[in-house]
Amino acid sequence: MSVDVAQPPESVEAPTAWRRVRSWIANPWGRPRFLTVVTWLYIIWCIIPVLIAVQFGFNDGRSRTAWQGFSLRWYFDDPDLSVWNDPSLREALLQSVKLAVGTMLVATPLGVTLAIGLARWKGRAAKPANFLMLFPLITPEIVMGVSLFLVFIYFFQVVDLGTTAQLLGHITFTISYVVIVVRSRLFAIGPEYEEAAMDLGASPTQALRMILLPMLAPAIWASLAIAFAISIDDFVISYFLRGEASTETIPTRLYSGLRLAPSPALNALASLLLAFSMLAITSAALFLRRLRRREGRRGSAVEDLAHLDI
Amino acid sequence: MSGTGEAYSRRRWTWPAFAAPGLLWLVLLFLVPFYAILAVAMGRQDPIFNTAEPVWNPLQWDPGIFGEVANEIFTGQLGVIFLRTVAYVGIASLLSLVIGYPVAYFVARHSGKRKVLYLILILTPFWIPYLMRMLAWVNLLEADGYVNAILGFLGVMAEPRDWLGGRSETVVMGLVYGYVPFLILPLFAALDRIDQSTIQAARDLGASPFRAFLHVTLPLSRQGILAGLVIIMLPMFGDYYTNTLLSRSPRTRMVGNEIELFVNSNSGEARGATITVLLMGLVAVLMAYYLFSVARATREARL
Repeated sequence: MSVDVAQPPESVEAPTAWRRVRSWIANPWGRPRFLTVVTWLYIIWCIIPVLIAVQFGFNDGRSRTAWQGFSLRWYFDDPDLSVWNDPSLREALLQSVKLAVGTMLVATPLGVTLAIGLARWKGRAAKPANFLMLFPLITPEIVMGVSLFLVFIYFFQVVDLGTTAQLLGHITFTISYVVIVVRSRLFAIGPEYEEAAMDLGASPTQALRMILLPMLAPAIWASLAIAFAISIDDFVISYFLRGEASTETIPTRLYSGLRLAPSPALNALASLLLAFSMLAITSAALFLRRLRRREGRRGSAVEDLAHLDI
Repeated sequence: MSGTGEAYSRRRWTWPAFAAPGLLWLVLLFLVPFYAILAVAMGRQDPIFNTAEPVWNPLQWDPGIFGEVANEIFTGQLGVIFLRTVAYVGIASLLSLVIGYPVAYFVARHSGKRKVLYLILILTPFWIPYLMRMLAWVNLLEADGYVNAILGFLGVMAEPRDWLGGRSETVVMGLVYGYVPFLILPLFAALDRIDQSTIQAARDLGASPFRAFLHVTLPLSRQGILAGLVIIMLPMFGDYYTNTLLSRSPRTRMVGNEIELFVNSNSGEARGATITVLLMGLVAVLMAYYLFSVARATREARL
């Protein structure tokens, strides 16, 4: 923020903690202060409930409302009910990871090539193609869930509900997110580098392999991580396309468990889901940071993530 | 147009070929399924088992079931459910805006050197799995949970309240909690893009901070407000899980619950598909608005 107003003398800057408190009391409703309070209240409201939920995953007792001491009972120790020993919870964990890895590996190449195609293609059909790419992002998930459910039952009958159907569904709505991540980089790079390479005699494939892909690499890594996070967070598509009990994912297992038999083991399972999601998104941020460094831009990669509005 | 190399014009099919696999995927697993909803909604129903028989040829579509269900909006329970959904989503979106705008505004304008820290803090809820966040509130709102304990301790309520027993306010709060983070990001992006010098100019010309906000910042962030509202309203209209988890009663049922009910019961799929089509009709305007504003933004980014 650049303010051109004359700066106050040095001595007045660097307010002591006490002076801050005093000016705070003098005028608690000064504009930025009010906004600071609102923002912090919002952040606390958003994050504290989740932290409490994580804490109860470590509760020593059965309660999810009264703290009875720390233990790993709901993760490992309980012989029947812990995430590790309850087959339904363990399978849900496995299923979620399986789907996320599969989605990441298929949706990323599809999304990257689609992004390159859409960004450079200037033909008449490019516009409807672009719309088609945007549609999955704004269609309410329940509509996609119902439509895929019906199509696997009545049309693509070779695919049974279950893992394959879930995987196909996850890939379908993840492709567009990958396109969004990669496309913003493509716009920034512009077509000049490939054109220069081709003017110097490279074939389009060579220009792509030797010029564009290396420039895109960090964005591609980031979109792998984002695809993983989006798939593992998904609830609706997994829910509509699940088959037998072993195809429940963590979110669908939480959904049924919370209604029928809540226990701290569900908190433990949810905490593991949270850990996967945070890990994926942190690595996405790290890849984007590498991209920034390489291009010599200042600021933080977190801003890139924040500006990824669809 | 920047230098169109000769090699480019010769290879007209290169870029469509790149887009082809992804587009083919979307046609087969997005457009075709979409059509399947219509084929089932407009199809026939087995009179004995109540199972759907989709009709793929639009010339043979039978609007019987569709008309029946659509009629229920005006005469039966379905109308109440649609109205309730619109009311919940409307209230929750407005509340989200009231909460989200100051936060986005603060982080975009006043966070100063700590901007990255604040960004991380407002991005975190965005990436916490939705079901995890709902689980957190189910725990807190139990009869012997922290919310009742705190309210009892403060003396606000003598009796613990059954928050999860089918209360509209719980469901609306759940929707707000669930979707505010998705509103804040587009709002932040819009506010962050506003050129500071425009506000400085208004201030230099004698506008009070409040007037500068009202006449400069607010109009310039209009796109962000609308985009943010649309982006949270679309999933809210199709939400059923927030409702199921936070209210164990049909008193708060929304359109999404109705769809979930029928599609999951091995019968009445035609009914479920019909309600889905009606839901799409409800949100079509929102989707169209968003598509066109994104298309415009993309065009601008490209130039």
